[in-house]
Amino acid sequence: MAPAQETGRQATAAPAIELRGISKAFGPVQANKDISIRVMPGTIHGIIGENGAGKSTLMSILYGFYKADAGEILIHGREAKITDSQAAIRAGIGMVFQHFKLVQNFTVLENVILGAEEGALLRPSLAKARRELKRLAEEYELEVDPDALVEELSVGHQQRVEILKALYRQADILILDEPTGVLTPAEADHLFRILANLRMQGKTILLITHKLREIMEITDTVSVMRRGEMTATVTTAGTSPEELAELMVGRKVLLHVPKAPANPGRTVLEIRDLRLRDATGVERIKGIDLTIRAGEILGIAGVAGNGQSELLEVLGGFAAATGSVRMNGEEIDLTGRHSDGQTRRARGIAHVPEDRHHLGLILDFSAWENIAFGYHNAPEYQKNALLMDNAAIIADTEGKIERFDVRPPNAFLPAKSFSGGNQQKIVLAREIERNPDLLLVGQPTRGVDIGAIEFIHKRIVELRDAGKAVLLVSVELDEIMSLADRIAVMFDGRIMGERLPADTNERELGLLMAGVADSAETAA
Amino acid sequence: MDYATLLQVLASTLRLATPLLLACLAGLYSERSGIFDIGLEGKMLMAAMASGAIAAMTGSAWIGLAAGIGASLLLAALHGVASITFRGNQLISGVALNFVASGATVLIAQALFQQGGRTPPLTGAARFEPLALPFVDTLKGVPLFGPFYAQVLSGHSILVYLALAAVPASWWLLYRTRFGLRLRAVGENPESVDTAGVSVIRLRYTAVALTGVLCGVAGAYMATALQAGFGREMTAGRGYIALAALIFAKWRPWSALWATLLFGFLQALALRPDVIEGTLHMKIPVSFLDALPYILTVIVLAGFVGRAIPPRAGGEPYVKER
Repeated sequence: MAPAQETGRQATAAPAIELRGISKAFGPVQANKDISIRVMPGTIHGIIGENGAGKSTLMSILYGFYKADAGEILIHGREAKITDSQAAIRAGIGMVFQHFKLVQNFTVLENVILGAEEGALLRPSLAKARRELKRLAEEYELEVDPDALVEELSVGHQQRVEILKALYRQADILILDEPTGVLTPAEADHLFRILANLRMQGKTILLITHKLREIMEITDTVSVMRRGEMTATVTTAGTSPEELAELMVGRKVLLHVPKAPANPGRTVLEIRDLRLRDATGVERIKGIDLTIRAGEILGIAGVAGNGQSELLEVLGGFAAATGSVRMNGEEIDLTGRHSDGQTRRARGIAHVPEDRHHLGLILDFSAWENIAFGYHNAPEYQKNALLMDNAAIIADTEGKIERFDVRPPNAFLPAKSFSGGNQQKIVLAREIERNPDLLLVGQPTRGVDIGAIEFIHKRIVELRDAGKAVLLVSVELDEIMSLADRIAVMFDGRIMGERLPADTNERELGLLMAGVADSAETAA
Repeated sequence: MDYATLLQVLASTLRLATPLLLACLAGLYSERSGIFDIGLEGKMLMAAMASGAIAAMTGSAWIGLAAGIGASLLLAALHGVASITFRGNQLISGVALNFVASGATVLIAQALFQQGGRTPPLTGAARFEPLALPFVDTLKGVPLFGPFYAQVLSGHSILVYLALAAVPASWWLLYRTRFGLRLRAVGENPESVDTAGVSVIRLRYTAVALTGVLCGVAGAYMATALQAGFGREMTAGRGYIALAALIFAKWRPWSALWATLLFGFLQALALRPDVIEGTLHMKIPVSFLDALPYILTVIVLAGFVGRAIPPRAGGEPYVKER
């Protein structure tokens, strides 16, 4: 490792990573096409692109998970044969995956030494790792309790363990795949401070993300990928989010959907003292009061796992709770015994669930079958008392596909063959076109491309303008800020506070999301 | 029940717990690596037949033991190929191997010896004889402990002591060595092992091989120490009881010892209905006593005894995602 580091420091001319003509195909799909890139040592280099643009494939090749069909990899100016992860680690490459590769019931120390043990016995390795972790913590603001079990750590700390793992293996090139997806804004800020520290120490960082804001904030240079190709590499200082978005999608994109001020009308949904205990007896919702009016979008911000999912489940009719929920002035049943998706729909509540793969769609079923789900008893879908009118459903699906620009426009394709954005459009088309009084929508743009995000946001705003109420749950603060007319922040099963987008900022919301109590209850 | 009877029951507990303990530790290695093994039963049975047959032919219990381990390893290898290399369903592979063992053992024994699917009775060096531990005579005078030492701890075959020694050895291997760390990791999150540059496949094959060895010893103990020769279905569901004990023990070596001793105690009680009757002053049908270990197995498997969290990646073939 030592010689590699020296070349990195002295000869700034040699890039830390150089890829030449990398190509990789999976069957007929060309995931990477002739990709060349140069990453200079001591810089943070962003790689941005839509889902399926080939970013992850490229990084997997660099980390030895895949073998490229063609092309070569040079590390610090010397050709490297990266045949497996072990070879990547030897070449000084460390990877922080989007989904952490940690053993949950191991301590931090055990996770750090796993695969990098000194000898057959653990004791000396653990002692060495303990010393090393202490040093790294001081050097890079990477404090983690070495004896804590990983499952007891916050997501932000788990990510630090992943970074420590890489540094413990003497990595001087660090690849981070969508590192902020699971972090609170404060945790993300801390991560960026760590990355800046690492850069100062001469480490090279590759940051893969689809978040334009992060690219602008932290990177020195940025490469854009689209459909397996590297379309541009620019210096961050010389570009703008709008230009990057256009490079990613291949056309002009509106990053923020323009919308007129809300014009809220009568109360549609009124929640009083809602509480929910899960199967293990843990209270997940601890007394929530919320009101949503016609013609407004109420955004629920919060880090995943603070009760938002349970709130959607209760309102969607598949979890039991206590308290009171009035829809259009009438009490709805919360016991779970008489409620399900059907009865909720009958009351004018439509639901675009957070997890569309499990709750929104049956992936192996075709688009037209998925369009019928939940509304399969609708009179226009019946031929007679016994048989369904499949032709009518297919015709209806084809109309929805056209109006929602689902691509490819094929009602017979199974849901799993559509991209994330198009799957979401199928669910949205099904729910929105039933003209509900209240739309529940969870993580509407998770795993959805920038181009489709614009479309989905437009549709949600249109629904609001048509005088409907929308409850939007999202972990993407940007999305909440740009869509919601009113923002409620959830933490640990409670509403920490309500804000108007115009009167707040990400910093304040971030504090609320982290559970810092609402000291000055000003706007409401 | 008087002290002498208690000692008899405890001695028999230890004898009966031994195959359970060996099989339970065998299952521990496999399941800790993420490979469920419902085929402990089949491996034990195959090992019992092989060791019984070879011991009868050679007159050596030790050669019989080696043959038992070999036969069990063969089945373990098949399970490994099916569930690790070909990523098949681990339960189905295990069940299939149990069926194979159930049929093949009787078939082979019949073909070799024509004694109705049994192997010939073993005598002398073809069996593992009881060993007397040192200081039995010296300690005889010590009240309570003296007789306990002489009658419960001493006087078992070497395989019993081997099984007992396997408990601390397994604990040490699991929690104090690099291999143990990796083994526990691969059953929890194989990706963490893979991304660290360690072969998931090799680790799992190693674990499955250890399972094979321990099941082999368990089976050989059945045929050449506990009894004198192989008989049809002689393991009588011990592989499944061991699995229940493994869950009961939450996949930990020391707990496995206590769990299998409990099951062994129930089996020992079933052999002594007179003791039960004398203690409880009521008659309990022998068939109910016989069923006790199995009833406890059902209770454990149904999850009535606390929450046992199995290794998280258990039962899932490892497929590299990207």
